[in-house]
Amino acid sequence: LPFRNFKIIYRRYAGLYFCICVDVTDNNLAYLEAIHNFVEVLNEYFHNVCELDLVFNFYKVYTVVDEMFLAGEIRETSQTKVLKQLLMLQSLE
Amino acid sequence: MFTNVCFCLGLKMVQVAEGCPKHSVLICVLFISGKSKEAEIKRINKELANIRSKFKGDKALDGYSKKKYVCKLLFIFLLGHDIDFGHMEAVNLLSSNRYTEKQIGYLFISVLVNSNSELIRLINNAIKNDLASRNPTFMGLALHCIANVGSREMAEAFAGEIPKILVAGDTMDSVKQSAALCLLRLYRTSPDLVPMGDWTSRVVHLLNDQHLGVVTAATSLITTLAQKNPEEFKTSVSLAVSRLSRIVTSASTDLQDYTYYFVPAPWLSVKLLRLLQCYPPPEDPAVRGRLTECLETILNKAQEPPKSKKVQHSNAKNAVLFEAISLIIHHDSEPNLLVRACNQLGQFLQHRETNLRYLALESMCTLASSEFSHEAVKTHIETVINALKTERDVSVRQRAVDLLYAMCDRSNAQQIVAEMLNYLETADYSIREEIVLKVAILAEKYAVDYTWYVDTILNLIRIAGDYVSEEVWYRVIQIVINRDDVQGYAAKTVFEALQAPACHENLVKVGGYILGEFGNLIAGDPRSSPLIQFNLLHSKFHLCSVPTRALLLSTYIKFVNLFPEIKTTIQDVLRSDSQLKNADVELQQRAVEYLRLSTIASTDILATVLEEMPPFPERESSILAKLKKKKGPGTVTDLEEIKKERSSDMNGSAEPASVNASAVSTPSPSADLLGLGAAPVTNSAPPPSSSGSLLVDVFSDSASAVAPLAPGSDDNFASPDLASSEVVSEEPADTVHDADELFHKFVCKNNGVLFENQLLQIGLKSEFRQNLGRMFIFYGNKTSTQFLNFTPTVICSDDLQSSLNLQTKPVDPTVDGGAQVQQVVNIECVSDFMEAPILNIQFRYGGTFQNLSVKLPITLNKFFQPTEMSSQDFFQRWKQLSNPKQEVQNIFKAKHPMDAEITKAKIIGFGSALLEEVDPNPANFVGAGIIHTKTTQIGCLLRLEPNLQAQMYRLTLRTSKEAVSQRLCELLSEQF
Repeated sequence: LPFRNFKIIYRRYAGLYFCICVDVTDNNLAYLEAIHNFVEVLNEYFHNVCELDLVFNFYKVYTVVDEMFLAGEIRETSQTKVLKQLLMLQSLE
Repeated sequence: MFTNVCFCLGLKMVQVAEGCPKHSVLICVLFISGKSKEAEIKRINKELANIRSKFKGDKALDGYSKKKYVCKLLFIFLLGHDIDFGHMEAVNLLSSNRYTEKQIGYLFISVLVNSNSELIRLINNAIKNDLASRNPTFMGLALHCIANVGSREMAEAFAGEIPKILVAGDTMDSVKQSAALCLLRLYRTSPDLVPMGDWTSRVVHLLNDQHLGVVTAATSLITTLAQKNPEEFKTSVSLAVSRLSRIVTSASTDLQDYTYYFVPAPWLSVKLLRLLQCYPPPEDPAVRGRLTECLETILNKAQEPPKSKKVQHSNAKNAVLFEAISLIIHHDSEPNLLVRACNQLGQFLQHRETNLRYLALESMCTLASSEFSHEAVKTHIETVINALKTERDVSVRQRAVDLLYAMCDRSNAQQIVAEMLNYLETADYSIREEIVLKVAILAEKYAVDYTWYVDTILNLIRIAGDYVSEEVWYRVIQIVINRDDVQGYAAKTVFEALQAPACHENLVKVGGYILGEFGNLIAGDPRSSPLIQFNLLHSKFHLCSVPTRALLLSTYIKFVNLFPEIKTTIQDVLRSDSQLKNADVELQQRAVEYLRLSTIASTDILATVLEEMPPFPERESSILAKLKKKKGPGTVTDLEEIKKERSSDMNGSAEPASVNASAVSTPSPSADLLGLGAAPVTNSAPPPSSSGSLLVDVFSDSASAVAPLAPGSDDNFASPDLASSEVVSEEPADTVHDADELFHKFVCKNNGVLFENQLLQIGLKSEFRQNLGRMFIFYGNKTSTQFLNFTPTVICSDDLQSSLNLQTKPVDPTVDGGAQVQQVVNIECVSDFMEAPILNIQFRYGGTFQNLSVKLPITLNKFFQPTEMSSQDFFQRWKQLSNPKQEVQNIFKAKHPMDAEITKAKIIGFGSALLEEVDPNPANFVGAGIIHTKTTQIGCLLRLEPNLQAQMYRLTLRTSKEAVSQRLCELLSEQF
């Protein structure tokens, strides 16, 4: 849990760091778990997510981010709901 | 509320290869290859050229290939290359009816926003269509785009629309979620544009929504809104409480999707608890009871055995727990809960998880300040001390120090201080200075026995001398001087400490000062006779830096008074060549003057001049002020960064000498300027009698005595001439400045004295960045009587008002004798301006009404940002600005000696970059910079050609705006 002007919460998954920058007053653990929740969704969505998935499909990653976090707030925390929405969007493609 | 989510990928070299998509999804095919950076750039440039030609080509591209290329551009941008085209194509994609095309279009816009107004209008149009489309997917995309961009233009266009979508009955849940957060974003960026209306009450009811996702989004929105308008959202409290209680009491399976590792809706709980922290404890006993019940349940759950071994489970559970504890602390009304929270945290102190230990210490710090739980926190002192000793993680140890500091009181101060001192010996360098400050403060605050205090501080200097800042040892001296009972002891202790073969320079300073004042108290002992004292100090003399030597010289002259028997020895020392012909002006001057003083003056005069220092008036401890500053909103490390940044800023703007002075007084500008001045040995100042005192303080701070940071740097202060006038008068020689002249001084520097007369001194510190700035104005009352009805006002003429935004905070209407008040002015430059604002000050002094006005040196050049460029660039731009209206030239006679270095410093101080080796004639000076105003940015180029024979300068300014050239030329011409 290192700090800067805000604070940065990060979590490492193999070679990948997921960083979130939050206000100093925000709840550390909640956001730490939010990262994990996000990673689980990615994992589910890409079936065993790896770095290359994220690089190739960066626009999809953006969609996932938009589904889960918006305007700097947590939007949706239910994994099933997010995935349902994502699959629906994918079917449109 | 994070501002950004980013992925840090361990990307090596990534190349974009010509895409031959098999599925419509895979658009870019990438190779990860080990090729050089150059190869990558070459590849990308080729690809960019290709895309550009495709866009420019005659035949219209179909949606698919347009999407393909826009997507490629986006990818190249994400690799860190600049993209300056393709916006139009992206906007075209927005109006497509195909989801994928629309999505890429929106993504491109969100990532690469461009302030091009024409484009924004088109984008807004597309968004408007999508919002009205009633297709939830499209609405979602549009809302996400607004939320991600959140620009003012978008706020203007949609702030009225979104609340309607949010509360409309037939809106889909997912759209509602997006709309809520979108509105939140707009509210954050432009609160003035979001109208409050009848939708607010309906938003509150979203807390009751069936769909927990909607509740999550709505809670965020309400929390932010409630912080600004607590009244309007009061009803949300009871709804939030009931929602919360439904969540915490639910079985872990009830909420299905929203249960995360057996914890029911952890994020929503956290958000609800946070919302409740916007309000005091609920008044309605029923609601209150229910809330207390919830909090108890949460605390109980922490005690239950975990339902899963996974770290996610405990993290989620503890996230809720910590948020509940902060709510308990925030309410600070239920002793029972507070104590329970404290005990729970106590358990975490020994937990395996580093994160938990860290958070527990942090929360306990806040708990310690509540009267109900202070005692309970204290019971954990052993554990915390233990953490200090055994903890592996430095940030956790840092928190432990904070907590010890917070839980310290009279009963445990000695123990805690001793532990901190112990820890200091092994502490990380990064936190030593803060610990030193804390020890110093605690020792002073809870000192029952001042001998203990003196011991502690001396220890402190011994252990961590390098980290003992000036404030700390000034403070020791202040305290010793103010308390008769410890003076003898202090003298004895420092004498003993000085006998160590190697002692820190700070110790020499304290020792020199204290012996100079109170050496006589221990002179009776043959082991510390005057001569021994003197020899001891003098043995350190050669090892010390100039400031310390200067201080020691002052000590010697004091010895002459205290111990007439060693007068000749001291005179010999002063007379020696190494002193009288010392290369350092300050030392040399002191030696000469002290020598003369000791030979000419009679004992009476000596006794008066070199009398003991009078007690210092009690002020807020300067160290406390320093720590407060350090604690600030962020953390130590980042503040230090800021400090560094600032001082480097100043490096750029002020002349190097005064940088030192300002860097020292940066922490808590006002208190220090005086606080520092109070402590050092003014070279034999007579008891500051009356009106001169403030002046003496400031004087000794900046120009001489212990901290001769910049002798003669600040030309407002002249060194006093001791030898010629026997009674020391420390009146700055050139106080009478024409106001205008002072004003011009500030054009190239940011700090200094703006105005001074018999009654009042006005000092300034200011900093500027881009189009914003902040100025601290210090009003010092130089008299011993109060100023009443003290009202400073900043007046802008009508013209100025439109181009310069100034916000001032009112100051206390009474200013005590000798006191200083501070006023902050926040400055925003809207457009370029000519005049300077006027500072008008009115006050009542004695029976008379005083009224004076000075120009505030807020000038256009303060909003300069330097730009570096090559010679070629410079002349190219110079030629572009060749329109006669853009150029202003002035030929004038030099007012100051024509020194190249000073001129360079002034040009840098002026704010522009100084470009070396640009002008073919090396004697000329060339500068470039950009003036930032809120509305525009104006590039400026300047060229200064000195003519040494004629003592003349020719100054040429070229900017894109005539008025700016004119003004800058006027300002700068006055400088040379």
